Amino acid sequence: MAKPFLSVERLTQKFPDGAGGALTVFENATFGVEKGEFVCILGHSGCGKSTIMNVLAGLAEPTTGGVIMDGTEVSGPSLDRGVVFQNYSLLPWLSALKNVTFGVRARYQDWSKTKVEKHAKEFLAMVGLEGDVVYRKPSQLSGGMRQRVSIARAFANHPKLLLLDEPFGALDALTRGTIQEELLKIWGKTEQTVFMITHDIDEAILLADRILLMTNGPFARVAESVEITIPRPRNRTEIVEHPNYYAIRNHLVQFLGQHSKDLAGQENSGENNAPETVRIDMTQEAPEEEDASPHLRAVND
Amino acid sequence: MLQKLELRSAVLSLVILFVGLFIWHFSTYVPVTGPVGVEFSQEQTDALKSQNMVAEDIEFYASQGVEFPQLEQIAALGLSREMIDMAGGIQALGISVPDENSAPAPGSLFPSPSQIGVELWATITDPFYVAGTNDMGYGIQMGYSLLRVIIGYTLAAAIAIPLGFLIGMSPVFYRALDPYIQILRPISPLAWMPIALFTIGDSELSSIFVIFICSLWPMLSNTAFGVASVRHDWVNVARTHELGALKTAFTVILPAAAPTIVTGMRISIGIAWLVIVAAEMLVGGTGIGYVVWNEWNGLRLDRMIVAILLIGVVGMLLDAIFGKLQRAVTYTE
Ligand SMILES: Nc1ncnc2c1ncn2[C@@H]1O[C@H](COP(=O)(O)OP(=O)(O)OP(=O)(O)O)[C@@H](O)[C@H]1O
Ligand SMILES: [Mg+2]
Repeated sequence: MAKPFLSVERLTQKFPDGAGGALTVFENATFGVEKGEFVCILGHSGCGKSTIMNVLAGLAEPTTGGVIMDGTEVSGPSLDRGVVFQNYSLLPWLSALKNVTFGVRARYQDWSKTKVEKHAKEFLAMVGLEGDVVYRKPSQLSGGMRQRVSIARAFANHPKLLLLDEPFGALDALTRGTIQEELLKIWGKTEQTVFMITHDIDEAILLADRILLMTNGPFARVAESVEITIPRPRNRTEIVEHPNYYAIRNHLVQFLGQHSKDLAGQENSGENNAPETVRIDMTQEAPEEEDASPHLRAVND
Repeated sequence: MLQKLELRSAVLSLVILFVGLFIWHFSTYVPVTGPVGVEFSQEQTDALKSQNMVAEDIEFYASQGVEFPQLEQIAALGLSREMIDMAGGIQALGISVPDENSAPAPGSLFPSPSQIGVELWATITDPFYVAGTNDMGYGIQMGYSLLRVIIGYTLAAAIAIPLGFLIGMSPVFYRALDPYIQILRPISPLAWMPIALFTIGDSELSSIFVIFICSLWPMLSNTAFGVASVRHDWVNVARTHELGALKTAFTVILPAAAPTIVTGMRISIGIAWLVIVAAEMLVGGTGIGYVVWNEWNGLRLDRMIVAILLIGVVGMLLDAIFGKLQRAVTYTE
C-alpha cells in the first residue's frame, strides 16, 4: 500500500504529570492525509489535538513515533509546513502587510522587495484585506481581520501542508462564516493540503473532506475517520439541505457525546491503531450503514 | 477636550512658577539701602555757607547722609571736596559718617531670582568662554560631563545589551549570572570610585568607569528580562519560517524586547547623569559637578544655582531623547 502524502505513525506523547509520574496524552495515534486533502480533527478539550499539531509542525518532539511528509521524516519546523496559530501570532510591531512580507521574504529570499510586496498584497486581497487596512498594526485590527492576516501569511508561503489550530476559535459566528468561506475560496485556488483543528462540528462539515475523531484523553487516539460525502463547492446555507448533512452531523455528535467517552482510556494493543473509516452517504441508498440511526433515514426519505 | 486639558495644565504650571518666583523673591529681598539722604533747614544751610562751604558740596554730603554736626566739622576744616577726596575721603579725616551701604555683599545671602536671571543670561549668552582652568563657560563644563557620560554609557550598552541577550536566551546563563547581578547591582556607583582610583589611577578614566558600572545593571537586567519574556508564539513564528538564530534575534526577539530594553537604557542614562555630578564633585578638575562644588567654595551661590538648573535641563533632555526612542519602539499587543 502506498504511503499517503502525510503519514503519522504510532505517535505517542507523554508529559510529566506533575506528581512524579507520566501522563500519556495519546498513544499510537496513526493516520494519513492525502495530497490536496482538507482534514479536520475533532475532539474534546485536552485530548491532545494541539499537541499533535505541534508535532506535525515540528515545534515539538513526540515521545515515540514519527511523522513522514512527502517521503521525508519531519524533524524541526520547516517552511513546507505553514502554521496558523490559535491566537493568530502576528508580530504586533509590524503592520498587516509587513507580517505577510515577513513570511514571504523568508520563503522567497531572492525576490525583490516590490515582488514580495505585490505577492503579499495579493494574498491579503484574497482574504478581503485591501487598501489602507494593510498598513495598520494588528492592535488596530479587529479579531477577524487579524485572523485573516494570519491566514494570508500562511497561504502566501505556499506550504506543502497547512496546519490550522482552531483558527476561528475566538471569532463571533458572523465573522467566522465569512472567513470560513474565504478560506474555502483560497484553498480551492491553491489546492493545498490542510490539517485543521476545530471545536465546531458544523465548521468541520463545511470545510473538510474528512474528519478525524479523537477519543478523550488520557490515552487518546484517533478512532474514526469520517468522510464528508457532500459535493463541493459547498456553502453554509445550502449544505444543510443536503441529505447527508444531518446524517453526518448526528454521527459526529453521537461520537463526541458518547463514544469518545466510552473509548477513552483504553490502552490499545497497538495492533489496530489506524482509525476506522466511516462513510455515510444517504444519496446512494447504501445498505451497509450501521452507524446511521433510524431517524436519520427519515431525513433521507 | 484634550486641548482644554493641555491649556489648563499649562496655565497652572505658569501660576505655580510665578507663585514660586514671587515667594522666592520676597524671602530673599534685601532693599538696596543706598545712603539715606539728609535734609537741612535753611538756617543750617546758611550756617554752613557762612563757613565757606559751597552749596554743591552741602547737597552732595546731604545726599550721602552726612549729618549737620559732622558737616560743621568738615566745614571747619575749610577744605574743598576735591581736597578731602584726595586725602582719602571724610572718613580718613576722622569724621564718622553712616555706613555707605547696609546691604550684604552679593553672594553671602541666598540669591534672589533676579540675580539668578542675570547669571543665567550671562551663561546662556556666553557659554563657551575660557578664562582659566577654574573659570570656563558652563557650556564647556557641561561638555566635559556629557562626554564622560556618553563614553561610559556607550561602553556599558555595548556590553550589557549583547550580554543581556545571551542571558535572556539561555536559562543556564540566566541562573548562573543572576546572583552576581543581584549582588553587584545595589552597590552605589560611588562606592566603586576608590577601587577605580586605586586600580585605574587616572581620575578621568575613573569617572568614566563609574558611569560605565552604574549604567550597566539596568540595561543588563532589563535586556535579559525582556529577551527571556518574549512570547513563545513569536519565537515559534520565527521557527516555522526557518529563520536562523541571528535572524530570529534581530527580526523577532529584538523588536519584541525593545520596549523593555529601551526602558532599561532610559533608567541607565538617568542614573548616569545623577552619578556624574557626584563623581565630578569627588574627583574635581572639570565638569558641571565640579562647577557646583567650585562655586559653592567660592560662595557664588547664584552661579551655583545656575549650574544646578542647567544640570536639570540637560538631564531632562537626555530623558526626553530616550522617551522618544521608547515611544518609537513600543507596540500594543
Ligand atoms: N508541555 C506540557 N507539559 C505537560 N502537559 C502538557 C503539556 N502540553 C500539553 N499537556 C497536556 O496534554 C494534554 C493535551 O493538551 P493539548 O493542548 O494538546 O489539548 P487540546 O486537545 O489541544 O485541547 P484544546 O481543545 O482545549 O485546545 C492536556 O491534558 C495538557 O494538560
Ligand atoms: Mg488546543
